[in-house]
Amino acid sequence: MKKSKSKVFRPTAFAFPYIAVTVVFVIVPLILVLVYAFKGADGSFTFDNFAKVFTDADTLSQLAKTIGIAALSTVICLLIAYPVAYILASSPFNKMAILSLLFIIPMWINFMLRIFALQSILNLFGIQKGFWAAIIGLVYDFFPYMLLPIYTVLLNIDKSYGEASRDLGANSVTTFFKVTLPLSLPGVISGISMMFMPVFSSYAITMTMGDMSSNVFGAKIATLFDLHNYGYGSALSFVLLLLVVAVMFIGSYFSGRTAKTLKRGKVL
Amino acid sequence: MSLVKKFQEDGNVDAHENEVIGESANVSLKRSENIIEVKGVTKVYDGVTVLDNLSLGIKRGQFVTLLGPSGCGKTTLLRCIAGFETPTEGEIYISGVPITDVPPFKRPVNTVFQKYALFPHLNVFKNVAFGLKLKKISDPTAKKGVRKYTKAEIEEKVNNALKLVGLEDYGHRDVNSLSGGQQQRVAIARAIVCEPQVLLLDEPLGALDLKMRKEMQIELKKMHERLGITFIFVTHDQEEALTMSDIVVVMNDGAIQQVAWPKKIYDEPSNAFVADFIGESNIFTGVMTKDFVITILNKSLKCVDKGFEKNEKVDVVVRPEDIIITESHGNGQFDGEVLSTVFKGTYYEMEVLASDYEFTVQSQKEFKQGSKVSLEIEPDNIHIMKKRLTINKYIGKVVAENAVEFCGGTFEIPTTDYEVGDEVIVYVPFTAVELTDDEEDGVIGANVTQSVYRGTYFQVQVFTDSDDDFYIDTSDEWDMDDRVGIKIDASQVRLERYSPEEEKSNEEEQK
Repeated sequence: MKKSKSKVFRPTAFAFPYIAVTVVFVIVPLILVLVYAFKGADGSFTFDNFAKVFTDADTLSQLAKTIGIAALSTVICLLIAYPVAYILASSPFNKMAILSLLFIIPMWINFMLRIFALQSILNLFGIQKGFWAAIIGLVYDFFPYMLLPIYTVLLNIDKSYGEASRDLGANSVTTFFKVTLPLSLPGVISGISMMFMPVFSSYAITMTMGDMSSNVFGAKIATLFDLHNYGYGSALSFVLLLLVVAVMFIGSYFSGRTAKTLKRGKVL
Repeated sequence: MSLVKKFQEDGNVDAHENEVIGESANVSLKRSENIIEVKGVTKVYDGVTVLDNLSLGIKRGQFVTLLGPSGCGKTTLLRCIAGFETPTEGEIYISGVPITDVPPFKRPVNTVFQKYALFPHLNVFKNVAFGLKLKKISDPTAKKGVRKYTKAEIEEKVNNALKLVGLEDYGHRDVNSLSGGQQQRVAIARAIVCEPQVLLLDEPLGALDLKMRKEMQIELKKMHERLGITFIFVTHDQEEALTMSDIVVVMNDGAIQQVAWPKKIYDEPSNAFVADFIGESNIFTGVMTKDFVITILNKSLKCVDKGFEKNEKVDVVVRPEDIIITESHGNGQFDGEVLSTVFKGTYYEMEVLASDYEFTVQSQKEFKQGSKVSLEIEPDNIHIMKKRLTINKYIGKVVAENAVEFCGGTFEIPTTDYEVGDEVIVYVPFTAVELTDDEEDGVIGANVTQSVYRGTYFQVQVFTDSDDDFYIDTSDEWDMDDRVGIKIDASQVRLERYSPEEEKSNEEEQK
């Protein structure tokens, strides 16, 4: 007997509220941004805003500077987070969940609060507001986002890979560079993508901690909106969004490939 | 090693005797002949003794299998040889050189891991080349006298190794795209390409299906012949061990039970554990009436063994295929009735009840359930072994009037001749121990580790939380790994004053 379809309860029904929320809070705002980006000062349709993004020397240098700040803070954060993750994931520390918790707890405190606190601490050490203070602020704020994915991946690498490497004649250092590090790349990539792009728009940190030299792209957009220059500001936001999407795709391509390899390797 | 444990081995004649290494049984071996020499190795993890004062010699070029149930310490022993574990006590030598403190990457051994541990980020070729790229070879013309392999040399060696395992065209393949059997071969190629003196294999066939496993068994055996290096193979599969090995090392409880060639292990198991673990067996408790005469199930039978004490209690093993089963003629050694018959492909396996014992019998001829049969056993098919242990023996302390503390519990035992605080040896007969289903009902708790049917009763072995073994003779079968409580019938327990010095001198005498 065939049941009529309408009477069958379908689990996809659960998705409708989420779809509605997504439409209202994600799709509609995006369309608005796009609409403003193509609207001239007189309200007519124009490409001027986008043309300005790619011709305005000031904007382009700001973008380059932002990429520089994001790259620098991400690299520093990675260089600090990786060893910490490695130590936390290796015995005897891997049995002490409390240790990794210590690094996560700051995530639960309002980030502006953290930034002001950090600023006071830096002041104590005589570090003034400026470029490097901003970098320290970024590294500090994004540290847990970098640490967690690397830590999780390292924790889950089968011990037998390290043993196989040592068995085949590699000492601990060689084993790290030839086995552990390549196998932990998915964590590194996801850590980078959790930090690199958000830095572009995290002007709250760079403005509080830094000065003009450390202003990120997001600050420029905020200023434009403050000046009611919605058209140009929206165009900049949209370009930034495309950049984020592009970087995400590249990141997920690499981490996806490595992750797939890892997963299949484990399941046999 | 705990003193208590040492005590229990008193009756364990074969445990540490490497009585047979290869065919040259009693010839004293030169050290150079033994590529691996394990001397008195003990490994303790978190207070649990995994390897117990274990010694073993392995001859160069042999295929040696470490066989035993899970948790017997075979893998730990292999890992000690590979260098992933450091023995708590004892020394390991490879080619006469002590290597106990040498890290794994400096040892002339390579391992094939249980789950292969192929590097997922490298392709087949790079996996196999991993060890070669790191290897330094002596070359007088080079600076410092050593150099690394050239690219061409590596390529040649890797291709040769892949050819040996039948994967010559797979170099560029992603290791994860290979089947289990192929991954296994890559793992072997990766290990042998480094030209180790000893190849260690940690249950390498466990993840393969039956057909693949049989194929790999034959291939490994061939590979061993071709390479001529020593193989140490760990498995819990007794059939695998018997088909593949030159020498089988049977282990249990962190100690070696028997070292011998496969046929000897099967035909002449050194104790009831080995007999029970290897193949199917009928195990009886017998009495050696005199030389060449054994009494089992109240029947005197001729046998080929001698040298036991008069009326010594022994374990008797008879293999199911060694029992001659015929239609009942009324005057067989044992007359009985067939309880069940199962066809096993090439033979019938029958349960026969005779003299209150359930015999397992294998025969080409089928006897239907309920038919009356006679059983005969040839004298040379009766295998007689010294009892591993005839009484439980522990060291305890008198803690109160009528209370002795041992094995982590306080038992009520009359202590007339002793003062509180005296150290005593406690003898507990197997029949004096009672197991309780509920752990709370017993004085101490334990896990059941073994339950062997001895014809008319079960001999159960349990392992207490204080790391002591108890043997119990009981009419009930207990399941492995069950939690049980232990009670003791005080009237059967005997105490003896304990003086450490005396024990020591006794031990030395024995040596």
